[in-house]
Amino acid sequence: MKKFLSKITLPALAFTMALFVSGILVAISDSKVLALKSSPLSMLAEAFSTAGSAYWALFRGSIFDPELAKANFIEGFYPLSETIVAASPLILTGLSVALAFKAGLFNIGAQGQFIAGAIGASFVGFHFELPIVIHSIAAIAAALVCAGLYGGFVGFLKARTGAHEVIVTIMLNYVAGYFLLWILSTSPFLRPGRQDPLAPEVRMSSRLPHLFGSELRANLGFFIALLAAVGIWWLLNRSTWGFKFRAVGANAAASKTAGISVGRSTTTVMFIAGALAGLGGAVQILGSEPALTAGVGGTFGFDAITVALLGRGTPLGTVFAALLFGALRAGGLTMQASTETPLDLILVIQALVVLFIAAPALIKAIFRLKNVDEGEALASKGWNG
Amino acid sequence: MSLELRGITKRFGALTANDSIDLKVESGEIHAILGENGAGKSTLMNIVYGLLSPDEGTISVDGKVIDIESPLDALAAGIGMVHQHFMLIPVFTVAENIVLGHEKVKGPGFLDLETARQEIKRVSAEFNFDVDPDALVEDLPVGIQQRVEIIRALIYDAKVLILDEPTAVLTPQETDELLRNMKKLRDQGTAIVFITHKLREVKIAADKITIIRRGAVVGTASPSASQEELASLMVGRPVSLDVKKAAPKLGQVMLKVENLNIHDHTGRTLVKNISFELRAGEVLAVAGVQGNGQSELAEAIVGLQEHIDGRITLDGEEIKVGRVRDALHAGIAFVPESREEDGLISSFSIEENLILDLHDLPPFAKGPVISQNAVAENASKRVVEFDIRAQSPKDAASSLSGGNKQKVVLARELSRPVKLVVASQPTRGLDVGSIEFVHERMIAERDSGRGVLLFSTELDEVIALADRIAVMYRGEFIAVVPADTSREELGLLMAGVKR
Ligand SMILES: Nc1ncnc2c1ncn2[C@@H]1O[C@H](COP(=O)(O)OP(=O)(O)OP(=O)(O)O)[C@@H](O)[C@H]1O
Ligand SMILES: [Mg+2]
Repeated sequence: MKKFLSKITLPALAFTMALFVSGILVAISDSKVLALKSSPLSMLAEAFSTAGSAYWALFRGSIFDPELAKANFIEGFYPLSETIVAASPLILTGLSVALAFKAGLFNIGAQGQFIAGAIGASFVGFHFELPIVIHSIAAIAAALVCAGLYGGFVGFLKARTGAHEVIVTIMLNYVAGYFLLWILSTSPFLRPGRQDPLAPEVRMSSRLPHLFGSELRANLGFFIALLAAVGIWWLLNRSTWGFKFRAVGANAAASKTAGISVGRSTTTVMFIAGALAGLGGAVQILGSEPALTAGVGGTFGFDAITVALLGRGTPLGTVFAALLFGALRAGGLTMQASTETPLDLILVIQALVVLFIAAPALIKAIFRLKNVDEGEALASKGWNG
Repeated sequence: MSLELRGITKRFGALTANDSIDLKVESGEIHAILGENGAGKSTLMNIVYGLLSPDEGTISVDGKVIDIESPLDALAAGIGMVHQHFMLIPVFTVAENIVLGHEKVKGPGFLDLETARQEIKRVSAEFNFDVDPDALVEDLPVGIQQRVEIIRALIYDAKVLILDEPTAVLTPQETDELLRNMKKLRDQGTAIVFITHKLREVKIAADKITIIRRGAVVGTASPSASQEELASLMVGRPVSLDVKKAAPKLGQVMLKVENLNIHDHTGRTLVKNISFELRAGEVLAVAGVQGNGQSELAEAIVGLQEHIDGRITLDGEEIKVGRVRDALHAGIAFVPESREEDGLISSFSIEENLILDLHDLPPFAKGPVISQNAVAENASKRVVEFDIRAQSPKDAASSLSGGNKQKVVLARELSRPVKLVVASQPTRGLDVGSIEFVHERMIAERDSGRGVLLFSTELDEVIALADRIAVMYRGEFIAVVPADTSREELGLLMAGVKR
């Protein structure tokens, strides 16, 4: 328990600090606050109320909305459901990056792998007619295979030729993006009678069931993501494969000396990482965005890097970090709609959280902490490979 | 200048690594600190050098209590240190490493390395160090890297110089040179703290000896005491410095190496045309000055070298390039030369390090699952058997003392059923008690019919264990001689002089 507390102290303080600093930004960028320059006290009061209402809007947009709850209590949780919807794919892409981190690889390619998975799931989802459940499983399997191979290819290249995974994955992100544009203009992916890049919606039989009734969009994808997190935790900490992955990530020379094949580990890890990101794509398509579009990837693959970093490369941490990001995404919209605060502030908060996390010395100095667990310096390790 | 420590206490969780230590080191003396692996020597010195902060106690220089919070403070107070594990940046030049943390600029932001270069040349000339200020550290042999560390201390005008196991990685010649230089510095008034496990060196160089056991000072000794006396003071029991062994009972040829050549990736030849046979029940020791191809030869035997010609067979089965796992599972125990780089994963727990090459075999693996119980059980056995001093086997290997890290590697490699033991510098950094244990263990391996191929730069070790001695020089076996060859002759052979 003590260990757990010391582990979450830093992220929690970083988040608090980020909210605090962003609060100041909200306040001083507000015209009403600025208008009160002449009287410092009322300016301070106005600043508090501005920041307060922005954060209240954020809460209403991401967790619970009392207005909506008046009609139907469950619906009050509509925002929470949106948070979950936004977080589910992010958990999976985040796990993809986190797993690779642990194995000493920097997977910048979750974006491309996500797209590969989305394409696979979408095609199986709208093209075939299959019974319920089986259809979902088939679509997910297609996503796993497409994205797994897409990621595994990177590992294979690295193992065989030494090509650096960062460069290869960045390039493959472009490849995936443009391939998606192209494939959306080909006949199986064009909707009958339309010319714009919008694939047919996946069939109802392939969709993931909603968890809390049809009004809330939260769906089985969230459970799939949580299950994946448990699975990755088990893989890393309990299985012989995970032992090899971690060993190679921590010291490749010693692993080699102990008879562990570095190349095989690299290839396998990148396959699994790709499959995870692809599963994210499948969850997005089968869960909340049934039609494949050019924008399907959003920033799921890139935010994944931040999420994994914030979660300190552990599966549990990644889940929490993704939920936080999902909440900020969902709540940001409400905040923009109901206050003067721009959506960009969400990006500022995200950036600040990461900044404070990435600079533990800063947080320690601010709060005069000793003996909290700083975790491993993840970001600096992945690059050396 | 004198350095005085009073009541220094340092705890790591429940473990008291330093327990109220008092120590006084005077100007113009070499003060040796002896103690078992994990006794707390490095910890104490890291405190003095500002790398760790003590929980209790004071450090004073010339009678004045000073506050040391970082190595920069230590250097400013005239305290310099050369570490057990070097702390240089490999991709920087010697001069860049030396100015690190004290960079001077000339003009708007240009690094002034010229002054440093001059200083390096001056110190280098004074002590016969032969160090090129513009060489990249990663290209330098360890002996020279160590001189760089010493130069750094001297340039910053260290009046107290701490040397933590400086001779562990040196050749006998380099060691003698270092001891001479230490005496020279002492005569110029430097106070030197000298940590070593080699009693011979203590007797040659030390003026005073302090002995630490389990974190506390247990006494002092005079350099005139015999090695046996010093050893038993250190370990707390009598230690036998000779290895008792019976004549070998030779069996079949086990390891056969035929016309082996090893190149590096640029095509340079590192090992030239080596052929030899090792029989079951025999210890073949490969002696030689470090860097004459021994580590490459050792690695080739487990398939770790990529560019080789020739044939290596174990009981008739060829060992293939890159198939390290097959080689290990065919029955080779391998103790690599560098425990930090190749032997251990420092962020892994001790437990995990003890099963590094066995993690996917029963009893540790049940199918794809690692059995936590089996791993823990194995660890608790090994920790007792090899006397690994750690708080808990679940702690990271990085928290172990240098010698205890080595014991983890040895414990792992020497406790599975093998046919052949290939060990490079197996006792580097171990205290006398542990060396005795490891030597007995190697002989026991031999007596139970295993082959032992020992690579060592320590003549004492070679002479104590070998049934036959091969001397390696510039990639070749320049001679294979019987175990009773004289030290002088071995010394000459190691220097490349053939009769
Ligand atoms: N960072 C740390 N965390 C926990 N325990 C530590 C840490 N550093 C050292 N220790 C423990 O403190 C004890 C003393 O270690 P130290 O490195 O000072 O030994 P030493 O006398 O230098 O031994 P050696 O001769 O093997 O180098 C050891 O038991 C070690 O495990
Ligand atoms: Mg030490």
